Amino acid sequence: MTITLIFLAAIMATVIGWLLKQTLNTQPWMASAADDAVSGRSLDTHSKTIALTTFLAVATSLFALFISAYTMRMHMADWSPLTEPNMLWINTGLLVLASIAYQLTRNAAVAAKQSFLKPGLAISGLFTLLFLGGQLLAWQGLYASGHYMTSNPANAFFYLLTAVHGLHILGGLYVWARSTIKVWTGAEADSVRLSIELCTVYWHYLLLVWLVLFGLLLST
Amino acid sequence: MAYVAIADRDHEIEHHDPDTFITKYIWSQDHKVIAIQYSLIAIFVGLIALGLSVMMRLQLGFPNDFSFITPEHYYQFVTMHGMIMVIYLLTALFLGGFGNYLIPLMCGSRDMVFPYMNMLSVWVYLLSVIILLASFFVPGGSTGAGWTLYPPQAIAAGTPGVDWGILLMLLSLAVFIVAFTMGGLNYVTTVLQARCKGMTLMRMPLSVWGIFTATVLGLLAFPALLVSAIMMILDKTVMSSFFMPAALIAGEQSSHTGGSPVLFQHLFWFFGHPEVYIVALPAFGIVSDVLATHARKNIFGYRMMVWAILAIGGLSFIVWAHHMYVSGMNPYFGFFFATTTLIIAVPTALKVYNWVLTLWQGNIHLRVPMLFAIGFIFTFIHGGLTGIFLGNVVVDLPLSDTYFVVAHFHMVMGVSPVLVVFAAIYHWFPKITGKMFDERLGRWHFWLTFLGTYSIYLPMHYLGFLGVPRRYFAMGDPSFMPESAHSLNTAITVSAIIVAMTQILFFVNIIKSLRSGEKAGPNPWGATSLEWLTPDTPPKHGNWGHHLPEVHRWAYDYSVPGYPDDFIPQTVPADKAPSGRDHGVKH
Ligand code: HEM
Ligand SMILES: [Cu+2]
Repeated sequence: MTITLIFLAAIMATVIGWLLKQTLNTQPWMASAADDAVSGRSLDTHSKTIALTTFLAVATSLFALFISAYTMRMHMADWSPLTEPNMLWINTGLLVLASIAYQLTRNAAVAAKQSFLKPGLAISGLFTLLFLGGQLLAWQGLYASGHYMTSNPANAFFYLLTAVHGLHILGGLYVWARSTIKVWTGAEADSVRLSIELCTVYWHYLLLVWLVLFGLLLST
Repeated sequence: MAYVAIADRDHEIEHHDPDTFITKYIWSQDHKVIAIQYSLIAIFVGLIALGLSVMMRLQLGFPNDFSFITPEHYYQFVTMHGMIMVIYLLTALFLGGFGNYLIPLMCGSRDMVFPYMNMLSVWVYLLSVIILLASFFVPGGSTGAGWTLYPPQAIAAGTPGVDWGILLMLLSLAVFIVAFTMGGLNYVTTVLQARCKGMTLMRMPLSVWGIFTATVLGLLAFPALLVSAIMMILDKTVMSSFFMPAALIAGEQSSHTGGSPVLFQHLFWFFGHPEVYIVALPAFGIVSDVLATHARKNIFGYRMMVWAILAIGGLSFIVWAHHMYVSGMNPYFGFFFATTTLIIAVPTALKVYNWVLTLWQGNIHLRVPMLFAIGFIFTFIHGGLTGIFLGNVVVDLPLSDTYFVVAHFHMVMGVSPVLVVFAAIYHWFPKITGKMFDERLGRWHFWLTFLGTYSIYLPMHYLGFLGVPRRYFAMGDPSFMPESAHSLNTAITVSAIIVAMTQILFFVNIIKSLRSGEKAGPNPWGATSLEWLTPDTPPKHGNWGHHLPEVHRWAYDYSVPGYPDDFIPQTVPADKAPSGRDHGVKH
């Protein structure tokens, strides 16, 4: 549970620290003149950005808890470490490429380079789908060599963690599909910019999560 | 930068003016309608849970007189009662119900920031409720594992509902978490982004602070329940061994090996303890506003109240293992958690002092919402004190799993929040419906509920001291239980039935008032916060007519000297009225 605690402590500390900063040195009981510049918005960002950030905190909590469960279960007697399929290295590379492609697409969208959007989105999506396909292949390989969920907790965790990560990617692909369809049906860069920017953040985040998970699987 | 209220920006809020009956009342994206949908569903399942508790009491008060209550049924009732009350009633009602209704109105926005997702949230919640209720009807019935769902027994043969009930329960929880997350993202974003001009964070009413912080807790804590639900489903369906140890189950060696039931307990309580504050914090906030309004005084120590809410929110993540003192943990571990548990009592106590000090020398109007709010102070102090007993490892060891614990958490998490729910419903009823409720029926409802619940739970402390264990179908005649304790059990059952029947008064009152209640003005209590200042009562779609309100002061300017009314609405400019705490300050 230490890992979860550290993550949550960090998240809570950020949230509470930020909120406290808003509340210290205030005199809430003082009315202020009508023309003052007090704004009701505490963060000068788009609300979808805030929603995504909040969601990433939720997802972080979820993954941190899975990792905590992993590290606690690992110490029980029946744990026999799994040798990760080499396939995972290729998959990792694919996911890195997907992230880079999304970043370039984002840059193009911000710079309103319309012509770049279609290939950009297509390539990002392609690499991501290849990553998912690769993960499935890795599963199949393990399964074929007799590493079932039931035979060992390490195997079970491997399937579980990769599945949860994959599901998050599928969720991202849903949004990707929406902006891709929009672009193909002639939408301006401006109308998909925000969605592409947020997806980029999400892709980087899931890459980071994957690196952490992969590192954990390799090192144990 | 010129200020543009976010809610007025076309591209950030989709237009969804309802025109047909269906878009207005069923597939509605209006936060007020969604709030009412959430509340009705929650109250509906809550009534089922209430019925289940009466069945349990019938068995305990009159053992073996009711042949239809078998031991299996009893465990199913215990489980479903607990889970429904904690999650599907209180969490849904406070956040989905009051959160949805109050956040946009109190913050001065037109709606939630993502109305479509908000609508999805309520329908997914309904789905989770349907899955949950379906488990009553599957072969083997609902699960009887206790609301904590501890493995191994939750999925081991011999426990009621082990075939389908437990799966539906876990599935329903997972669906609920999805619904909650969609709602929660909305509440957080709306509070952060959609407040009207002048509504700084430190001018928000405490209700919003409580609901907001509880939402943050929920967003971070519910994943723990999701993780444990997923892993338990896998243990059950594909026979993995996350939690399930090698065991002889019903005389047969199961195919599980080496899993860790304690791991489940950690995950469950990592969610479970914050969960109690997910329910408590909105109640804290709402009760603060009801007390201030009906005592015609500013809330004592507003900033301290906000900080206490935040401190409780943060600390509630590091106390979970106080539910596991008897799991055989390392004593140093227990020491750590006992310490944090006692520390969290400090901001909690601070809030209690501030409520009492708010009443001190106030101009108290004992109207129905106020009665319930003051009742809450009593029951909460009571439950908080027994919490401090249980927080100490040595005191907890003998009391754990006895009726003392049942008494503790019902005082603090059963009765107290429910009293606040009633306070809130009576308080905002005139705004929600435009009608006044019947004061006399309301008073009867309060006194019968308040005294009745006391006579249920006070004796349970004593039963706990005697050593009567919780979750037992029948006690038989153990030597530690004198005859009087058995009679006490019967008396508790009688009180429980009376309290349950009393709730009919509440529904009669609601229905009667909806039909023929006096018309309520826009602001019957003379309150200051924005929801009382809407141009229409009940507020129309979009809440504010053409112009969003502008806020110039906090929500607690009551009885300010030098102003003709005893309240100054938040929209009154500084040059039109003095500031709240100016009095007493020499100029
Ligand atoms: C003053 C602060 C509090 C302290 C020190 C405290 C302490 C404790 C402890 C140590 C237990 C475990 C008892 C056992 O199982 O042996 C417990 C149980 C419980 N507490 Fe509290 N508590 C406090 C406030 C609250 C609040 C505010 C709520 C809810 C709103 C709450 C709800 C519960 C529930 C639901 C359980 C029982 C869970 C179960 O075993 O089914 N407590 N409390
Ligand atoms: Cu607790």
